[in-house]
This record gives sequence, structure tokens and C-alpha cells, in this order.
Amino acid sequence: MQYLDNVIFLILLIAGFGLFGKSLLKIYRNIRLGREINRSDRKSERWETMARVAMGQSRMSARPVAGILHLFVYVGFVIINIELIEIIVDGIFGTHRFLATIFGHTFYNFFTATLEVLALLVIVGVVLFFIRRNFYGVKRLTMKELFGWPKNDANWILIIEFALMMAFFTMNSSDFILQQRGVLAAHGSFPISEMTLVPFLEIFSFDNIFLEIVERGAWWFHFIGILFFMNYLYYSKHLHIILAFPSTWYANLDLYGKFNNLESVTKEIKLMMDPNADPYAAPAEGAEEAPSKFGAEDVFDLNQVQLLNAYSCTECGRCTSVCPANVTGKKLSPRAILMKTRDRLEEVGRNIDKNGKFEDDGKKLLNDYISKEELWACTTCNACTQACPILLDPLSIIFEMRRFLVMEQSAAPQELNLMMTNVENNAAPWQYNQADRLNWAKD
Amino acid sequence: MDFTIKTMADYAAEGKSPEVLFWVGCAGSFDDRAKKITKAFCKILNKIGVEFAVLGQEESCTGDPAKRAGNEFVFQMMAMTNIEVLNAYEVKKIVTACPHCFNTLKNEYPSLGGNYEVIHHTQFLKELMNEGRLKIEGGSFKGKKITFHDPCYLGRANDEYEAPRMLLEKLDAELVEMKRCKTNGLCCGAGGAQMFKEPEKGKKDINVERTEEALSFEPKIIATGCPFCNTMLTDGVKHFNKNHEVEVKDIVELLAEAEDL
Ligand code: SF4
Ligand code: SF4
Repeated sequence: MQYLDNVIFLILLIAGFGLFGKSLLKIYRNIRLGREINRSDRKSERWETMARVAMGQSRMSARPVAGILHLFVYVGFVIINIELIEIIVDGIFGTHRFLATIFGHTFYNFFTATLEVLALLVIVGVVLFFIRRNFYGVKRLTMKELFGWPKNDANWILIIEFALMMAFFTMNSSDFILQQRGVLAAHGSFPISEMTLVPFLEIFSFDNIFLEIVERGAWWFHFIGILFFMNYLYYSKHLHIILAFPSTWYANLDLYGKFNNLESVTKEIKLMMDPNADPYAAPAEGAEEAPSKFGAEDVFDLNQVQLLNAYSCTECGRCTSVCPANVTGKKLSPRAILMKTRDRLEEVGRNIDKNGKFEDDGKKLLNDYISKEELWACTTCNACTQACPILLDPLSIIFEMRRFLVMEQSAAPQELNLMMTNVENNAAPWQYNQADRLNWAKD
Repeated sequence: MDFTIKTMADYAAEGKSPEVLFWVGCAGSFDDRAKKITKAFCKILNKIGVEFAVLGQEESCTGDPAKRAGNEFVFQMMAMTNIEVLNAYEVKKIVTACPHCFNTLKNEYPSLGGNYEVIHHTQFLKELMNEGRLKIEGGSFKGKKITFHDPCYLGRANDEYEAPRMLLEKLDAELVEMKRCKTNGLCCGAGGAQMFKEPEKGKKDINVERTEEALSFEPKIIATGCPFCNTMLTDGVKHFNKNHEVEVKDIVELLAEAEDL
């Protein structure tokens, strides 16, 4: 029986990580439903971008208050990870504060003291975030598209993080008192606990047994909490704590103004313009097949980076708050474009889980999730991409869907059809004769 | 115009090639307001003796509005036609007063076989100024309040924020920045082919929102660097009935005015 703890611990650990691995695989599978896109160029620039933007949070400083608070919570996340190593080793081998034996006295004191300070900052961060999100009325955090799950999701995470940090302090405090009483070996230094929870606990003069139970209880709570948090990520916008890394690595490194040129179209036009080409010639052997359609109608037509973006979006709404269409009251919200893309992708994923492969469900990303009205309101100004703290690109999705509307369905607004006809026939978006192009010079 | 505008064909006939090709663009060729910008730019180039040419009848739309509306076919057709002409004249350097032409020529033509040094007119003028060829004395603008609206396709899309500001500073005016400027700039509402259609339903039009912000500083002049922004903001100023107090002018027009051209 004496190993019961360790066995339970191991089972939970394996189950927790196993489930999490399964979720990640599902996300990976769903992302791969998209078209392939080659983003393996400029590797050193990509590593540098990821380090700067995802690890260094370089874009968060654009909004200093949120930036600092986020930094606190982010650092807290890193603590959880370092601490998890100790928890796992202690849990499996039944040791207590295993890192102390490796780090040595002085350094372990320094280490635990630092964790305490960081944990306090996390608490400050989440409390202020909670107030800001729920009572302070930041517009981008209270918009209609967040009603329901997205809003609750954000709050849940703050509550979980608060509870985890409180468990951390409770654990340290009871441990400290037990260490003082000589029940446990003296390891670590706990400045914050000593100032706050320890004096509070001392008032009640709890006995050793009780404190041991509290210490273990907090330890288990902390451990299970982390496992829970990890598995919760899959359902949450908080996936960004993982996916921000690949998203920034695979980010578009070109200038914002440079939109991709469809190669399949280039081939066709070259053929059209080449007087020697045989229009009836069969495509050359081994020639790449043209994609079955132009632009995007559903998640399958988007590329894998766009789908990765949809999972990475943290729903912060920085994009939407600077979108000229959105600030003037149009239906378009770049954040909602990514949220809807993710919703549709998850629906497709569930469909595959159920049927083994995707069975047509009569729905599409276009119209069922994203309306034409939203798509046509975009000025392609790139304010959204510039604002996104993790370099997501909602505009590229809007643009691909416009391509589908125009090239596959000829469903552009009437005035745009006129403009396009003019460009085609008069080489100008207005109905002027190309021969008159130099008339201004004669006035 | 009180001097002749030469085309690439003219230069070719003389067996010469100009220093730079001025890409006029559709707005600059046909839109009455934008034509003034075109002329102002030509006057400045003429005054400092830059040998430049235009394509004239051989120029077509770059394809930008079609592309951003989603019509890759029409875009690439235009692009290939233009590239054929440009390559036939062995064009090396292109300057344009339209950020949309600028962006498309610079970023989207290379992969279709069109490789040129493409610069925006504000960048070109800055270059000329650094070389000492262009000298600006801002007499008549001294102390006047000017605010500059960043065109999305010059600023955010191509990271150029300084060239227009540098020129404006030479005017000795009082330059005020809007809250939404540079990387935070707000679109005028014309990009992405919006210029050619009615805006979607909303609380207000984007150009009204933008003009409101500009007007809140009570400037004498709203400076622009794009013919489309110019139209949108001019309409915005009219919307607020301020067109007798506030002028919307392209930077190049201000420079031409300073030079009394
Ligand atoms: S590019 Fe489109 S979606 Fe993005 S901010 Fe501009 S108008 Fe909004
Ligand atoms: S796309 Fe970027 S800026 Fe917009 S909500 Fe998602 S994470 Fe925030």
C-alpha cells in the first residue's frame, strides 16, 4: 500500500498527458485538411521572429497595460512548467523537493524565492485582467462576438490560474511551518508566503498532521490542476500559449502589401498570351495539376497556416479594434473571421471523428459561417495583421474567400463587376478610352 | 502644361532612355482631381531637370483593384501586358504618385517577370533632396497646421512612413500627427477596391471617420500621398462642410506651391 500515492500519481500523469497528446494530434490532423503551403524558406529569420514575437512578446508593448499584465501571467506559465519537473519527480519517486538536492542550498533558496515572486505577479495579473475584462468595459473585450463560451472561457482560465497560484502558496506556507517545526527537512526560501499566508496559518496553531494534509492537498490540487489546465486548452482560446510558437514561425514574412499571385492563373494566361502555344495541347506529363478551385469556399480550400492561425487566435480583438470596417459599424470583424474558421474546422473534425472520413454536411465556411457582406467590407488595409500580437493573418482568409466569390461564382457586387469589366476592356477601372490616357498632358 | 510630356516611345525614337519612368496610373490619368497631382509632380521634375517619361497610351491599369476584389485573372492579364511593355523598353526605375500602383509594381510584378526599382513619388523627391537637386523653401506654409494621412499601401503595406514626413517638414509648417498614424494609421476607406463600390451598411463611412479625426486638430491642410485617399478625404471634408477652411492636398502639390510652380 505504501506506493499507492505514487501509482495514482503515475496513472493520472499518463492519462493527463495521453489525453493532451490525443487533442494535439486531432488539431494536427485538422490543420492538415488544408492546402499545403511552403513556408520553410528563410529559416533563421523565422527562428528570430518566433523568439522575438512569441517568446519576447515584442508586439504586446503596443498596449502597455495589457502588455505588462500579460507578461506577468506568461512568466507564470513558464514557472508552472519548471515546477512541473519537480512535481513529476517527487510524485513518481516519493521524494520531497527533489530539485533541492540537485541545485544545492543557496541556489534552491534563490529558485523557490523567485517562483514565489513570480507567482505573486501572476495573481496580480489575473486579478487585474479579471476586473478589466468584466467590469472595466474595454470595448474589444465586451463585443457581441464574445458572448457565451468565448467570454466564459477567458474567465475560467483566469480563475484556474488564480486557484493554481493560491494552491502554490498554500503548499509553500504549510511546508514552511512544517520545516520550522523540524517535521520536514528545510529546503527553499518562501518570502511571499512568510509575509502573507504563514502568519495567517499560525494564528490557528494547527497541528502537524493537519498541516501535512494541507500541504499534500495543495500539492495534489496543484498537480491535478495543471493536468486539467493542459487538457482544457484544447477547448479554449488559450491554445495560443502553445500555437503562438508555430504560428509566428510560419508567419508571412513578406511586406504586408505583397499578396500572392496564383500560379495556376499565371500558367493559363501565359498560354493565352503566347501566340505559339497550342490551346488544345494536353498538359505536359508530370505537370502539377491545377487546384480544383480558385480561392476558398470551405476550410479545405484554406492553407494549413491559415488553419493553424484559426486555432492560435487568442480572441484578444486587437485586430478588430483597429479594423476600419469594424470601427465604423460594419459586420466585418477580423477576429470573428478566425473564430468562425475555427468553429467550422472543429465541426469538420467532429464529422470525421464520427464518420471516419468527412461526409458532406451541406455546410460551407462561406455563407454558413462567414457572410459575403463581411467579406466585401474589407479594405485590405492590413491594420488587422499589423495589430495581431502573434502575427496571425485574418486578411488572407478574407482575400481567398473573395477570390472564390469572384472567380468561381462571379458573385461580386454589381459595381465591382463593372469595374472589372472596365479594367479588362479599357485597361482602367473607369470607362475611359485607353487612347485618352495622355490627355491630361494637353490641358 | 507649358512643357511637353515625353513618352517612352518618344525617347526610344531618339535612341535615348530617360532617368526614370513616371507611372501615372488610372486615377492620375483620368480623375480630374488626381490629374492636378500628376501635373504638379511633372512640374517639379521638369523644374529640377529630371529626364522622365510616361507610357501614355501604352500604360494599362496595374490590375490592383481587380486583384484586391479577388479577380486574379484580370489582374494577371493586366500585369503581363504591362510587363511586356516595360520590358520591351528595358525600364529600370519607375516612380509613381499612387501607392496602389507602387505596391503592385513593386511587390506583385516580380514573380510574374517584372523586376524594376519602384519608388513612390515622396521617396523619389526625398532622394532628389538628399542629392541636393531639389531644394524646398516653405515660405507660404510657415506656421500653418498640416496633418498627414498615411496611405495604407505606402505605410503599413510597404513600411514607408518617413519620406512624406521629411518633405512636409521642409515646408516649415506645423506638422501635427493624428492619434492613428504610421503603423496605427486608419484606412481612408478606398483600398481593396472599395473605391469602386458603395460601402457596406454601418454606423458611418470610413472616410467620414477618418476625416473627423483629421479635422479634430483643426488643420489648415490635410496632406495626402495617394490619389484615392485624396478623393476620400476631400469628400469627408465636404461632408463636414469644411471645404472652405480646410484643404486636402497631395504632398507634391504642396511642394509645387511652395516653389510657386
Ligand atoms: S484588412 Fe480588412 S479585416 Fe483587416 S483591418 Fe483592414 S479592413 Fe479590417
Ligand atoms: S487575430 Fe490576432 S489580434 Fe485578432 S483576435 Fe486573434 S490573436 Fe487577437
